[in-house]
Amino acid sequence: MTFKYNNVYINGTSTITGPYEAKGPFNKYYDKSYDNFYCGTKTWEQAESKLLVESVDTVLAKVMKVKKEVDLHISGDLLNQIVSTNYASATLGIPLIGIYSACSTSVLGLILGSNMLDSDQIQNCVVSVSSHNNGSEKQFRQPVEYGGPKRKTATFTVTGAASAYLSRKESPIKIESATIGRVIDLGVTDPYHMGAAMAPSAATTIYEHLKETNRDISYYDLVLTGDLGVYGKKILTEYMRLEYHVELNHYDDTACMIYDLENQPVFAGGSGPACLPLVVYSYIFEKMKRKELKRVLLVATGALLSPTMTNQKLSIPSVSHAISLEVNHDLS
Amino acid sequence: MDKNKYKMLVNKYTPKENRLYNGLIAFIVGGLMGVLGQFLVSFYAYYFSVPTKDASVFMIITLVFLGCFLTCLGFFDKMVSFARCGLIIPITGFAHSMMSAALEYKKEGLVTGIGANMFKLAGTVIIFGVVSAYLFGLLRVMVIGG
Repeated sequence: MTFKYNNVYINGTSTITGPYEAKGPFNKYYDKSYDNFYCGTKTWEQAESKLLVESVDTVLAKVMKVKKEVDLHISGDLLNQIVSTNYASATLGIPLIGIYSACSTSVLGLILGSNMLDSDQIQNCVVSVSSHNNGSEKQFRQPVEYGGPKRKTATFTVTGAASAYLSRKESPIKIESATIGRVIDLGVTDPYHMGAAMAPSAATTIYEHLKETNRDISYYDLVLTGDLGVYGKKILTEYMRLEYHVELNHYDDTACMIYDLENQPVFAGGSGPACLPLVVYSYIFEKMKRKELKRVLLVATGALLSPTMTNQKLSIPSVSHAISLEVNHDLS
Repeated sequence: MDKNKYKMLVNKYTPKENRLYNGLIAFIVGGLMGVLGQFLVSFYAYYFSVPTKDASVFMIITLVFLGCFLTCLGFFDKMVSFARCGLIIPITGFAHSMMSAALEYKKEGLVTGIGANMFKLAGTVIIFGVVSAYLFGLLRVMVIGG
């Protein structure tokens, strides 16, 4: 399902990260980074909530708005009952739509916000997302201090929160169109190879977006997937070629960008809902503002993993949502 | 693309784990753990003048303590990631799995956190350890009569 938007803009963004992201290549672009996983709180879950609150406060300060002026907050995270979002929202006090779409939450939030703005239901909204490495390890994998070996295909959940302020007021970055993806399951059962689980859903969403907008892949200066990782990226490229005869020439994956893969212990790269927006709101937006990139297709990839279901020997379904961002030429 | 064809595509781009290297490291480290264990048994038996059976218990206590202590200091997980089964199979792995779970859940309370979750990983070892001890014990009785 593809939507087209007439005047929805991203007026401001914020990025708050944890220690590992700060050691990655985009450190200078982040608004703030913490040097430990607790971020001044007692637990990882509370730390994630704090990151989320700070990211909303930071973006509102940038666009010079107060919380009362914000119509809606759309937010999500990875933890059970999306607790980080709910507890952050109790502090923020902005009307909330809490969403869960695993690592594709960021783009799903942008799509929901854009739809409501385009249909004049709201005047503005803040879309945020967060994830926490240790919080996710605890919930989905093994205890953090447990050193059981991991495979090369495993990914490292990003710690951080990112927010975007959306409205109809013109700004350099325009949200042009978006595609809601289908849930795809091609039988991958390995929770340590999520790139393989997610690649077919990313491919399907990219293909449907191109078909429904009548575009060729060359229309975009860059196609950016969320967290497929080093091996998932290769699988997607070949899958697109075999299944849809589409060559992904200008393509990258934020999981492979956010960390220094050579020197940081992150296996196949980053993952988590915050991975894509942390890279996009910092480095990619900077490039778009400098007009080095004009049209970017973001494809957030989400593995809808549940330890209960994988223990029941079921495979991992996944969903990807795409959103097309353009540099607003009217402003230049 | 059907599931089988996709599986082939995934396998093509899935890196092989270096099993020979990992096995060798585990063999060497596991062997060294055995040497350390034997040294401790001899040490306790000689210096404390206790029977070998009691010295073995002291050795187990020492290794469990070391596993727990190094886990709490925060670097035993890195050692385990490197040595793999060389440190997981000996009693140190058991201690490590218990202690890491206890650390993970200590913020959720003594009963609902540590008590309920400490054996999250080690519980399996205990259950199947008891079951296999029972089975092999039974087998031994039937074959050689005790």
